[in-house]
Amino acid sequence: MKLIIAIIQPHKLEKVLEELDSEKIYLKTVTNAIGCGRQKGHTEIYRGRKETGNLLKKIRLEIAVNDEFVKPTVNAIIKAARSGSIGDGKIFVINLEECHDVHTGETGHVAIG
Amino acid sequence: MVNSGDTAWVLISTALVMLMTIPGLALFYGGLVRRKNVLATMMQSFFALCLISIQWVLFGYTLSFGPDKYHMIGGLSWLCLKGVSIAPNPDYAGTIPHILFMAYQMMFAVITPGLITGAFAERIKFSAYVVFTLLWATLVYNPICHWVWGTGGWLRNLGVLDFAGGIVVHASSGFSALACVLIIGSRRGYGREPMPPHNLPLVIIGAGLLWFGWFGFNAGSALGANGLAATALVATNTAAAAAALVWMCIEWKVAGKPTMLGGATGAVAGLATITPAAGFVSPMSSIIIGIAAAVICYTAVAVVKLKLAYDDSLDAFGVHGIGGVVGTLAVGIFAQKAINAAGNDGLLFGNPSQFLIQALGVIAVVAYSVAVTIVLLKVIDAVIGLRVTDDEEVIGLDITQHEESAYTLLD
Repeated sequence: MKLIIAIIQPHKLEKVLEELDSEKIYLKTVTNAIGCGRQKGHTEIYRGRKETGNLLKKIRLEIAVNDEFVKPTVNAIIKAARSGSIGDGKIFVINLEECHDVHTGETGHVAIG
Repeated sequence: MVNSGDTAWVLISTALVMLMTIPGLALFYGGLVRRKNVLATMMQSFFALCLISIQWVLFGYTLSFGPDKYHMIGGLSWLCLKGVSIAPNPDYAGTIPHILFMAYQMMFAVITPGLITGAFAERIKFSAYVVFTLLWATLVYNPICHWVWGTGGWLRNLGVLDFAGGIVVHASSGFSALACVLIIGSRRGYGREPMPPHNLPLVIIGAGLLWFGWFGFNAGSALGANGLAATALVATNTAAAAAALVWMCIEWKVAGKPTMLGGATGAVAGLATITPAAGFVSPMSSIIIGIAAAVICYTAVAVVKLKLAYDDSLDAFGVHGIGGVVGTLAVGIFAQKAINAAGNDGLLFGNPSQFLIQALGVIAVVAYSVAVTIVLLKVIDAVIGLRVTDDEEVIGLDITQHEESAYTLLD
């Protein structure tokens, strides 16, 4: 079992969700996040004063999967979220020790869904 | 002769109508859009106030109310307010300074293009919006205003009654909004993904300020501190309340629960609908007009719009266009000389021809508004482009058109 954490551009979320759906990956958690990578922020202007280096708005996706789903999940996210420029995001894959379904009480591979 | 009471009331009414655009309409529309477009949406109302204020004093006022040319447009003799002084102009308002009548009408000219912004919300390029608003005010609002309210205007000569702008403001902007929807097209993803209002409390504050300002809009249109103003104020409040109640009851019955947004929308529909009738009808007639506003506008925004699948994003057409037409026709039914001797009797009071005159007025204005709006949009689209790019639309207009954002995630 793995936990996939992906940080993507907010405006790519819609396409990523579509792509995940088409790979039959339906269960995920989505949160707003802010962060900063090599892109070093964008520019906003307030009363004539330029502000750069802001932390950027991103979307954080968390998806717990069984091992055979890792590749399709990662590929789907990359395919949908890549625009070809910096700021497209990162994907982290982490070992998942346990998984419990609160509703059914199931554990392990079955509980992931 | 300047009357100080009348002057005081119209001064206050001018400020009340200004408040309807900023912040009233800006909050009402700003809360309805997604969070990435709230500033761009409010900016459209704010910009209309600035831009049309200048357009109006330079040449908009004389085109609308200046000495008549061919019953179609005002002449240019009041260009840059030449001759528009503190002396009253008895053609329009004999007891207040002429320059105050000009200022009061300016606020109507400001809010009318502001209402249209609900149609192309979340997808119009800001530069295109600026050009459109200036041209629309000059080529649509100014002539229509002259036809209906200007001395010598052809619809005024025909006897068309429009107390505070059901035709001039709501039907013209509402149907132009429909033209905008059809030309600019739906928002990206419309119908596939949810586009919920991002902040309903803002919408409610905006609706409240609109209701408040509407007393200046309708009761102020009496152009004096008198019984007619009081009559119009009562009709305005009564119709708004009736429409809001009925709208919420329809929701309760049809969708299961009455909603705050439904109440606010119903109130605005009632206010738009009573606008042409406020100074001509009795309080009991205004209840019926309010009920009709709710039933017909609800059908337009909750049934017809979904069936035909056009993206009238903030219901500028469904509420203002439909409401303006319903109200204008209602004048032809419910108007009473007993309420306002300067008006006329309607269908129910022995004068069926008034209904036909009202219908003709509204058809002429709607046809002209739609035709000119379509031409304007086509020309602007060909020259500078109407819509933002797909990427800009997804990222949002706040960042892409104005380089600012309304909300931060931390702090």
